[in-house]
Amino acid sequence: MRTLSLGLVLFAFWLALSGHYTPFLISVGGVCVVFCLWIAQRMQVLDPEGHPIGMLPGTLTYYPWLAFEILKSSLAVAKIILAPSLPISPTMTTVTARQKTPVGIATFGNSITLTPSTLTTGISGNEITIHALTREAANDVQSARMNSRVTQFEGRT
Amino acid sequence: MMFMMATLAVLIAMALVVIRAMRGPTVFDRVLAGNVIGTLAILLLAVVGFLMGRPEWLDIALTYGLLNLISTLAVLKFFRHGDLAFLPKEAPKQ
Amino acid sequence: MTLELLIQSASWVLLVVGSVFVVIGAVGLLRMPDIYTRLHAASLIETLGAGCLLLGLMLQAGATLVTLKLVAIFLLFLFTAPVATHAVAQAALHQDIQPRLAEDRRTQVDAPPEREGA
Repeated sequence: MRTLSLGLVLFAFWLALSGHYTPFLISVGGVCVVFCLWIAQRMQVLDPEGHPIGMLPGTLTYYPWLAFEILKSSLAVAKIILAPSLPISPTMTTVTARQKTPVGIATFGNSITLTPSTLTTGISGNEITIHALTREAANDVQSARMNSRVTQFEGRT
Repeated sequence: MMFMMATLAVLIAMALVVIRAMRGPTVFDRVLAGNVIGTLAILLLAVVGFLMGRPEWLDIALTYGLLNLISTLAVLKFFRHGDLAFLPKEAPKQ
Repeated sequence: MTLELLIQSASWVLLVVGSVFVVIGAVGLLRMPDIYTRLHAASLIETLGAGCLLLGLMLQAGATLVTLKLVAIFLLFLFTAPVATHAVAQAALHQDIQPRLAEDRRTQVDAPPEREGA
């Protein structure tokens, strides 16, 4: 089942990038897809972690929310950079990720890093060490708003 | 017109990042500057492709994006271990 | 006709915003005092600057294969940028480059950060 969905995704990717629809090129694409599926099977990465297709519906609501967060904190960072006095107050802190699966924790860490003004420097178990550009940004991550949002996103799989 | 402006902005940003790469006190500043220059080069390829009416350059940009990540990770690994392919038990003491 | 004008102006605005943020990020890369704060400026370029520029180009291209390729580049940024940023920060911490901090709320300061598998 998961093999089939990965195959479909890979074939759609081939069609999107190729742009030439002659029988020869499409059959070459099919051969490539089968080869990739064979390698994936051999590497045993065809599990919910390697191909999390079940998370796709959740991304439709999660990524717009994340984009809005990125916009907000980007404006804050731009304001800091352009201010002549450079009003930064770097803070390092730890947060406990509430997600259960490694995929969820990795999503949380990557979301933290993707937001300007906070970045993940280390993960051990579910303790995430973060570096924040200002105290307010550190407070924001610790306030568990993003944490619970990612948990909700993860729980939908 | 607007592609011209975007191209200019990316080029100015690249020049500033190159200054940081030359000044960077630690090796990590230089690696970071290299990574950002790679990102900007992808944007430059996309925008110049539109400016010249040749969107085929996006394929090159995509490939460059993949190489950018791999090269950054490889350089970081090299500076961390002093070697790209070591056996775990031979790992040098930090 | 009006729709076309609307799309054109939206694309204009996005391209201008993207250019401005790319330049601000580069200025931040020069102004910030140490490596960890510079990473924040770099992520400004990689998220909002690149995102706005690519979205503006997508509006220019319309519903074609070019848009799909731009989406692929955008997704590539979305997944590789945090990995590279995290790798630089972790390698710098591993080399004992201490960040300049206004406040340190870490529970265990001396423990070296573990490797992340993802």
